[in-house]
Amino acid sequence: MVENTNDAPDIKIVVENLSIDYAGEPALTGVSLEIPRNEIFGIIGPANSGKTSFLNCVNRMDDMRDNMNVTGRVIYDGIDLTNWRNLYALRRKIGVVFPLPVGLPLTVYNNVALAPRLAGIKKRAELDVIVERCLTRAALWDEVKDRLDSLGSLLSGGQQQRLTIARALSQEPDLLMLDEFSIAVDPVTTMRIEDVLQELKEEMTIILVTNLVQQANRLAEQTAFFLNGRCVEVGNTKSMFDGNVSHQETKDYIEGRFG
Amino acid sequence: MMFAESPLNKRDKKTQKLFRILFLMMVMLLVTPVLLILATLIYKGGPIISMEFLFADPRNGMTAGGLFPALLGTIWLVVVALICSVPLGVAAAIYLSEYAPDNWLTRSINLAIVNLAGVPSIVHALFGVGAFVIFMDFGASILAASLTLAIMTLPVVIVATRESLQSVPHAFREACWNMGATRWQTIRKVVLPNAISGILTGVILEVSRTSGETAPIMFTGAAFYLPTLPESVFDQTMALAMHLYVVATQVPNVPDAMPYGVALVLISVVLAFNALSISFRIYLRGLKKW
Repeated sequence: MVENTNDAPDIKIVVENLSIDYAGEPALTGVSLEIPRNEIFGIIGPANSGKTSFLNCVNRMDDMRDNMNVTGRVIYDGIDLTNWRNLYALRRKIGVVFPLPVGLPLTVYNNVALAPRLAGIKKRAELDVIVERCLTRAALWDEVKDRLDSLGSLLSGGQQQRLTIARALSQEPDLLMLDEFSIAVDPVTTMRIEDVLQELKEEMTIILVTNLVQQANRLAEQTAFFLNGRCVEVGNTKSMFDGNVSHQETKDYIEGRFG
Repeated sequence: MMFAESPLNKRDKKTQKLFRILFLMMVMLLVTPVLLILATLIYKGGPIISMEFLFADPRNGMTAGGLFPALLGTIWLVVVALICSVPLGVAAAIYLSEYAPDNWLTRSINLAIVNLAGVPSIVHALFGVGAFVIFMDFGASILAASLTLAIMTLPVVIVATRESLQSVPHAFREACWNMGATRWQTIRKVVLPNAISGILTGVILEVSRTSGETAPIMFTGAAFYLPTLPESVFDQTMALAMHLYVVATQVPNVPDAMPYGVALVLISVVLAFNALSISFRIYLRGLKKW
């Protein structure tokens, strides 16, 4: 692709007039925004505002679903996603963490080794290194190092969520998308994960969808506010929380008056 | 005083007890015929069971001797039918559950499968005669009979497999897809290992039906009496279900215990096959669970 190669290299994703509908039922309309590289980009908004649909569109999950239709453009590293040939390779570059922890019914080790194996790494020694590194970075290694062969799905909720993060990291992603990761996690674990995210942004871009506005305030450099399938506004998080917003709805939401 | 039982609590408790007893009675009612059948068979047929009965040929116009050819024949039929229908049924179920888009075509295929399960076995028998015995020219043979049985039991395998695939949480698939796994990688690494016990349940049901059916094999490969054992799938064979029908109704002067003995052996064969798949299932479950 020719377009965008001269753009500022610090933009990871450009979204232009993106709309998503599910079998005609609109979930997101006319969203345009830019996500800078190596930053945490927060997305806040009440339920049903299209946040998750947005994430699903970035890693082209519409391809796996019958009824999800996407119009508009998402430009990832300068390449329009609709022109991306190998979607599996794209998804391997993007780690995803879901609201409810999904420990796959595999051992802890195999949960983390799954993505490297899919990428073709077979040597046990190599996998051992990856598993230890990812679990360590997800702040889980110390708790599970003695039971790597027990089932990932039997860990506690908070541990499973960190396992999911370790699994996402095992893909060596350059984009990490977290979808309300702290819903099923206790406050202490949440804080530990937030610390991890602060370190991770040195190496990757992070999109943080959250229903806790203060979490966005703590972590995100920029924040977008979604409401009813529209992107109401995007701005610098600090100044947004200082009250520099252009829409009353944003102010109301940030101050907890609805949603 | 606050925790004293109100009349409402008492009524709820009573209702709860009542329903418990009601459901328990239903279970008893269901178990009774099974126990009665087994008891009758063991009581009346048990004495005739011996090594000779199991491993000798029938003698004296099937009024004495054993049922070995029929026993062997049933095992032949079940095994060949399983080999034909399990891979086919599981593959079809994987397609329907994991790949097929939800549209009118898929829905009508699903409907057709359910209807296929409702087709009487004698109709399957006639289909088997037309398709396998005559058109494909297998003649009356184990192959033709097993294929007929396989077609008849396919819906059971497909439905059981599809149900168990769909009982694997969708979140697992999403997690794998998001990792860049293809549909097939997801199925092989995560979905199938967790659906296997449900699939085996379908197989168990299939075995039970396959070994018990008489009508579909009557015209397609099962013989009244054969002096020799089958050597390949292109030979005819005797079968337990058929043999039972024969000694119970077609042959004069059969000792009273004989049909019961045959029935007992038939049920034991079904139970043995089931025990095999159940122990396999337990073994697999020991490896994986969530």
